[in-house]
Amino acid sequence: MAVVDPTETRVATPGESRSWLESIPAAYWIVGVILLITPAIASDFILFQIFGWGFILGLIALGLMFLGGYGGMVSLAQMSIAGMGGYMVAIFGPSAIETISLGWPWYVAIPIALIIAMIFGTLIGWLSVRTEGIYTIMITLAISAAFFYFTRQNYVIFNGFSGFNGVLPPQLFGVDWRASTPFYYLTLFWAAAGYFTVLYISRAPFGLALQGVRDNPRRMSALGFNVTAHRVAAYTFAALLAGIGGILLTWQSAQISPGTAGISAAIDVLVIAVIGGLRHPIGPFIGAFIYAILEIFAKDALVAVGLSGDRFQLLIGLGFLIIVFWSPDGILGLWDKLRASRNRDPLTDRGGDAP
Amino acid sequence: MTDFARRHPIWTAIIVIVAAVLIWMIFAVWPKWLVELIGRKKVFLNALFNGITLGGLYFLVASGFTLIFGLMRNVNLAHGSLYLLGGYIGYEVAEATGYWLLAFPAAFIVVGALGILLQLFVFRKMEGEDLRQTLVTIGISIVVADLMLWGWGGDFYNINAPSWLSGPMETILVTAQKRSGDLVYLKYPMVRIVIFLAAVAIGIGMWLLLNRTRVGMLIRAGVDDRDMLSAIGARIQLVFLGVFAFGAGLAGVAGVVGGTFQSVAPGEDTRFLLASLVVVIVGGMGSIPGAALGALLIGLAEQFGSVYMPTYAVVLTFLIMVGVLAFRPQGLMGR
Repeated sequence: MAVVDPTETRVATPGESRSWLESIPAAYWIVGVILLITPAIASDFILFQIFGWGFILGLIALGLMFLGGYGGMVSLAQMSIAGMGGYMVAIFGPSAIETISLGWPWYVAIPIALIIAMIFGTLIGWLSVRTEGIYTIMITLAISAAFFYFTRQNYVIFNGFSGFNGVLPPQLFGVDWRASTPFYYLTLFWAAAGYFTVLYISRAPFGLALQGVRDNPRRMSALGFNVTAHRVAAYTFAALLAGIGGILLTWQSAQISPGTAGISAAIDVLVIAVIGGLRHPIGPFIGAFIYAILEIFAKDALVAVGLSGDRFQLLIGLGFLIIVFWSPDGILGLWDKLRASRNRDPLTDRGGDAP
Repeated sequence: MTDFARRHPIWTAIIVIVAAVLIWMIFAVWPKWLVELIGRKKVFLNALFNGITLGGLYFLVASGFTLIFGLMRNVNLAHGSLYLLGGYIGYEVAEATGYWLLAFPAAFIVVGALGILLQLFVFRKMEGEDLRQTLVTIGISIVVADLMLWGWGGDFYNINAPSWLSGPMETILVTAQKRSGDLVYLKYPMVRIVIFLAAVAIGIGMWLLLNRTRVGMLIRAGVDDRDMLSAIGARIQLVFLGVFAFGAGLAGVAGVVGGTFQSVAPGEDTRFLLASLVVVIVGGMGSIPGAALGALLIGLAEQFGSVYMPTYAVVLTFLIMVGVLAFRPQGLMGR
């Protein structure tokens, strides 16, 4: 899967005079058709665990990519916002913890969960935009740690250490959305929706202004743009993505507990986004699939090589280090480098991707 | 000091009143209504002492972090791993030789050497690229944490203090009055007091080094404008190397202290990384007095929180951070 995805990075600039259907690059058609017919080929386990999980992680990391890539703000609180969304759906919707869960129908619970996640994300954004660059990472790391400890200690609302279990998606249209194929399409839909929304926003006035703020905040504020408002709004949008991802994640494992949004999970989201690449919205999904595949199969692979399966974190950490060291733009950066060197004219040593 | 009082008379008054109340609470024998209101004085004094000594430990960890940040502008998120590694090394050395005091230089040297390697092979290669440095140190901390888990397993280790330091020490503070009229004095673990005094000594030493010596002058000049400093011929890379080694070594020493106070175990690295993050955010990035103030505040908040509002102790620290960020984003002592 991950081998196919990078083809999407060749996003051609939209055609000038063609209709919008024709202007969709061929890679999108190929990937789209493959993704749609995958359930016919892949096993339930792969659909649910690798694709479903990969899409969800990708969606959460997409928010980080949006903040980091277009806004220049690397936030580690994405996973906490996702956790907030998941918790809220467990609290307002049905779950096995009936003393706390209100059991409201999905069309009330989900919007409330998303709105609360967005408010939470906006507050985090409002706090962290007071700082810049590396400070943002530290403050969001501290916030996500506080969220983790708070949910672990609070029994009245968050049910403490054990969290909520039995959080199931609604049986809408008579479909069991937790069965592997429906869940696959559900996550695929939201991942695609998130992907195209981010792509659209990146070219819309708001996205362009945000990229301007990233490159030169002083000039943008001199031009009359409200720098802080743009940044906070970016946090709000990223929180929406994380909230959707968090709800799906809760449904996938049917439970949510403080560990879901722990510190290591927060760092994992950063790892995913950076491994994939922060320059294009496809990056987080590539990273998420690599992560999901590694997480599920690395154990067996490590045992096969003769190491203990517990060294999974070592593998992930080393891979992350190597990528950050040699290609700060992640896998996407490697891909661009490869293309540049392929197109280079060996005689003049010029060319590459510069048109 | 007088300058501060002249500019912020109300704040000064509040600080003076709070200090006076605190001093009275520490030295006086508590009347009955106060005991009924917030519990026995012994609990209060213990929380106070634990908070102050924990603050000393936090200061040891955070001062290295803030020194490195102040001079080189790089955020070393592997600082918690250095702390934990120091704890493990201290444990091994103390177990092997039987001398607790040997653990400190051993941890300082080994972790400091690791800091030199980090500076040489990681930070110097990507000077000025904040985000990349941060990401690389996150990667390093993941790898080092797993290597340590591999080497030492998930067990808790305790570094035992020598016999001349163990046991309680009688202090001059009165906790209660017996019915017979005798005064009951507070007993407090000797090792904690000694370690706290050592932390204070290290803090004063660092302050003297920074403000009274030539090397300190170089470092302070580097904090203000390192390009200019290197332009006038100071060997800035050497200063960087020295500061990084010292900061990392301090984290290692703090690991030994933490292993004696509490225990050495996986997960302590993130805990202390977070603590030092919060401390330097509250105190102000790159300021040693700020780190001391922040460490004291956070240590006290954590201990008083865990005594008087057990469930939300962690949230209290967080609230302090949010409050500081909202009203003074550069930190209490930041510039």
